[in-house]
Amino acid sequence: MDEITYAQAVNAALRRALAEDPSTVLFGEDVALPGGVHGVTRRLHREFGERVFDTPISESAILGGAVGAAMMGLRPIVEIMWADFAFVAFDQLINQAANVRYVSRGRLTAPMTVRTQQGATPGSCAQHSQNVEALFAHIPGLRVCLPATPQDAYDLLLTAIGCDDPVVVIESRALYHSLKGTVDQDGPRAPIGGARIHRTGSDISVVTWGPMLHTVLEAARVLEGSDISVEVIDARWLNPFDTDTVAESVSRTGRLAVVHEANLTGGFGAEIIARVVERGVPLSTPPLRVATDDLRIPAAPGLQQAAIPGRDVVARQLLSMLAPGVAA
Amino acid sequence: MSHSLTATALADLAGLWRIRCFEETVTRLRVEEQIVGSVHLCIGQEAIPVGACAALDLTRDAVFATYRGHGWALACGADPAALFAELLGRETGTNGGRAGSAYLSDPDHGFYGENSIVGAGAPIAVGAALAARYDGSGRVALTVFGDGAMNQGAVHEAMNMASAFDLPVVFLVENNRYSELTPIAAMVRNADLVARSAAYGMPGARVDGNDVDAVRRAVAEAVDTCRSGRGPVLIEAHTQRLVGHYIGDAQVYRPRDEVELARTAEPIVVLTAALRAAGVSDAELTGIETRVRAEIETAAAMALAAPPADPNAVKEHVYG
Ligand SMILES: Cc1ncc(C[n+]2csc(CCOP(=O)(O)OP(=O)(O)O)c2C)c(N)n1
Repeated sequence: MDEITYAQAVNAALRRALAEDPSTVLFGEDVALPGGVHGVTRRLHREFGERVFDTPISESAILGGAVGAAMMGLRPIVEIMWADFAFVAFDQLINQAANVRYVSRGRLTAPMTVRTQQGATPGSCAQHSQNVEALFAHIPGLRVCLPATPQDAYDLLLTAIGCDDPVVVIESRALYHSLKGTVDQDGPRAPIGGARIHRTGSDISVVTWGPMLHTVLEAARVLEGSDISVEVIDARWLNPFDTDTVAESVSRTGRLAVVHEANLTGGFGAEIIARVVERGVPLSTPPLRVATDDLRIPAAPGLQQAAIPGRDVVARQLLSMLAPGVAA
Repeated sequence: MSHSLTATALADLAGLWRIRCFEETVTRLRVEEQIVGSVHLCIGQEAIPVGACAALDLTRDAVFATYRGHGWALACGADPAALFAELLGRETGTNGGRAGSAYLSDPDHGFYGENSIVGAGAPIAVGAALAARYDGSGRVALTVFGDGAMNQGAVHEAMNMASAFDLPVVFLVENNRYSELTPIAAMVRNADLVARSAAYGMPGARVDGNDVDAVRRAVAEAVDTCRSGRGPVLIEAHTQRLVGHYIGDAQVYRPRDEVELARTAEPIVVLTAALRAAGVSDAELTGIETRVRAEIETAAAMALAAPPADPNAVKEHVYG
């Protein structure tokens, strides 16, 4: 099997969804004729014609349009170019989409998929750098997932599109063109939810998601040199969240760390720790949160690096759980 | 052209070249990866900031620009070395490296900042105009955005509120016919954007955005309307960018000859031809370019010599 990029995996999933189900439509800013500003939707307009179209720069109309079309039986897949831009139209997601099934007692549904991407990359300004997953995950009625590998970029998106309720798929701009892998494109659609253990270990369970998975995997390799065995869990879905897999892992290792690129306060990492603690899983050390400092994201690469935990910071902090004297 | 008109026009030409040379140097620094991240240039659109800022009183007026705002910062009088430094992530940058290309500001020069959320500056400008009601400054707020931003809810809300309250806001649309990679004509039924002013009951004007003087006159008139308490004005300035939406954009969506054609009507070409026709010598005209180029090169060199922003200061100005 040939390796494809994360962006190509998203493209392949969209193609399959559009080919398999004539009720799917794909729209957003610059997604059709230009093929997306990141090239993710290339050729889909050519193949599927008017089921793939460009919109005005009107996020409220894009998201609200998806809600209404979904109520009428279409399966809209819409792109919000940067997650930061969802804020100009939060009403349509939070007050509208998330309420459709519940308030109508199931007489109406909004089977819509919102694709977006987030995170800081060198030079991205404060309005193009935020990690907003906790804001979405806070809203009952919105499903949220964050693929971290090409296979998951393919699988999670197909699962999202097949879901009968609104799902926000948060992709990673940093991974679009930098990460390649083989992708099985013929499998059945996976059920919604489910974490993946990327690396087994016996000393610490680390839960992470999105591009931070790769930072954590690197940190785990660094710690291997100090004979520390790290289990790395990619949460993938924040809603529904796979508490069972995490709790089972922590019950073996006795230690829990969460690592995310989103800033610390109110981050989803805190929720994960709360869930494990509530389960009564015994911990041999206090749980650890590694996250971006609570600040706006600066543009200068050197400043960004100082704010966002990289491999060495993650490794040092994890090490501090086992050897408190060595602390960060 | 009368003598004083020629003097103004020569200053305008220097203003155009200042932005053009700055943007060309930015392109080089971006290609060399000394600047990183997305960079949006205003090459081809320089006459709008130069003309508009000449009609403002930047000791009290406030400009709210977009991510395509380097030219606006320069036209407001920001120091080119500090702007380069900002783009390069240096300590001496206008924002100490926190803002980068798309979000910089320099309030000392009436430049209240770029915005990289399309249309978001418009409601903020309404607020700046509202403040003028209370502070007695006579301030006019000018907010500039692209044709695509006209389809953003925030812009509609801003125009309505400014109109309802007769607030001193100049809404200036730089219509370069593209919203990122998509032609505006495909995204609106009526591509005559200034026609929308009627819906809000405010005056509207269309202006050749490649003509500095025409822009200055239109903005001066709008400022006059605003200062005298007659409420907001919408101006649509037609222009074209001679480059991609961002550095690296191959412009596959754009007809081949469109840019070539636009080069014959771009502001520097137009103003240079007018000055030549008015009797200004070629030596004087090239002298302006040479002088400005040297000034910009010096500014870039200063910025490149400045230290990177200090990571230890990354948490300064964090609160809560
Ligand atoms: C709310 C929001 N949506 C989308 C974007 C992405 N985006 C950045 S620039 C741009 C095009 C803006 O077009 P226009 O307003 O015509 O300005 P121009 O770039 O032509 O100057 C888009 C869609 C954004 N920055 N903010």
